[in-house]
Amino acid sequence: MSDATRGTIRYGRAPSLLERGEVVRGRFSPAQRVLHWGMAACLLAMLFIGVGMVSTARPVHLALVSIHRPLGIAILLLALVRLALRARQGTPPLPRDLPVPVRLGATLSHWALYASMIAMPLIGWAMVSAAGLPLVMWGGFHLPPILSQSDALHAVLWDAHRVIAYLLFALILAHVSAALLHGLIRRDGVFEAMAGGRPPD
Amino acid sequence: MRGGAVIAGVVVVSVAAFAWVGGWLSPERLSPERFIAALRPPGGFGYGDRRNHAKGVCVTGTFEAGGAAAALSHAAIFQAGTYPLVGRFSLGSPDPAAPDATTRVRGFGFDIVATGGAEWRSATIDVPFFPVGTPSAFLQLLQASGSKDPDAIAKVAAAHPELKAFGGWAKTAPWTGSFAEEQFNGLDAFVATNAAGEQHFVRWSLLPGATVRHIPPEALSAKGSDFLDRELRARLASGPLRWTLVLSQAASGDPTSDPSQAWPGDRPKVTAGTITLTASTDNAKGPCRDVNFDPTVLPSGLATGDDPFPAARSAVYAVSYNRRTAQEAAGRHDTARDEQ
Repeated sequence: MSDATRGTIRYGRAPSLLERGEVVRGRFSPAQRVLHWGMAACLLAMLFIGVGMVSTARPVHLALVSIHRPLGIAILLLALVRLALRARQGTPPLPRDLPVPVRLGATLSHWALYASMIAMPLIGWAMVSAAGLPLVMWGGFHLPPILSQSDALHAVLWDAHRVIAYLLFALILAHVSAALLHGLIRRDGVFEAMAGGRPPD
Repeated sequence: MRGGAVIAGVVVVSVAAFAWVGGWLSPERLSPERFIAALRPPGGFGYGDRRNHAKGVCVTGTFEAGGAAAALSHAAIFQAGTYPLVGRFSLGSPDPAAPDATTRVRGFGFDIVATGGAEWRSATIDVPFFPVGTPSAFLQLLQASGSKDPDAIAKVAAAHPELKAFGGWAKTAPWTGSFAEEQFNGLDAFVATNAAGEQHFVRWSLLPGATVRHIPPEALSAKGSDFLDRELRARLASGPLRWTLVLSQAASGDPTSDPSQAWPGDRPKVTAGTITLTASTDNAKGPCRDVNFDPTVLPSGLATGDDPFPAARSAVYAVSYNRRTAQEAAGRHDTARDEQ
């Protein structure tokens, strides 16, 4: 067994950031990156459509609602594909020098994002079901209700759908800020793992 | 620190865009909440009641389609057959104790479910045309109705001359002593698409089977404040009540975006079928209590057109439904909610 595999390389010079594991060169797979950026657009569109559609009684209200429902179901399906892909392909490692609380925050916030992507469409579907309204996808195609009509469940689901939407928007802003922090300030290759491009040496 | 500035900029711009789209920076936006606020009676809304047409009674029955309307729309509901119906008669007022004898507008909402899950909801009134031509004018009218300014309604009428016709109807149209004798009109225009893909603008009306007898308003006042519900129960006890559902087809040039403008009476009409009501139930316990008669719940073969009211009603009814069902769910008098 060589010294290198035991992590005890002796350098003739100071080791680079990359060699010390403080800059990462790992990449998400092309499929993971396509899904990430595609879903990023869908999620942001969904949040803006959601707050926009309930803010107005003008005809655009109906147009936005008719996009909101099928897009939500599409996000649910894509999130399931994405988790399956992650289970098979894994994720690139984070830089070694990332402090433990930051590492923990990164892990938890990612699982909170996945949980929201799956919970929000299901809550919306359940909420429309509990209101006794048909869940129209397009034309005459409806999804079946997943709950029977219930004022009590509707009230809880309606509150949950709104509150989680605001939390998800805050979480996405934190995620974008952290990504930019990695890309612009730390320059540690984490941003490039998803965005592509050459990480700093 | 350029990186930090970029991050701060991205967050600020995102939050501002979100707030703008959500309407938090635009108090003048035509939001559903402004309609609800304008409807709020001085004493607050009834607990768990609809924010408008608060007083009502549930009815059940059927819609029997004859099949003739299939020429206009391929909707499953217009294919010959008999489909279950849940309905609700109501008074056009946000006051759950509105007196039957003096509340001018009477309404009927229905929800028909056909085989295969196709569903049609509509909320109709006994007025032959809507008071004003746009949702924003209707908001102004609601605000003026609740205003202390004695000239408020006159100002709305000056800006929206179509209101005059409604004033004339309210003053001169004869009254009846029964929901069963009313003609109910959908007023909004929708787009019907038939199996050949041809599209027509349609409006619908429910023509009463019962004989219409006009009663002077003084005679109605003598009947007390809740006679309509009693009268309906007495009639249903002696047999079912019927209405003929008729679709009117617009001619080219007829106004399709303005329900304050009735179409000429000679437009082609198709009899879609018969609504038969067999039973009524108290509003608070009946099957209609939890139904939002959202007029955009339409079967495939009917769709909204350029009339802006169905969208506005859908948005406002949703807020009404969210708030009243939250109150029902809370199951007690919650004053914080009641303020809404």
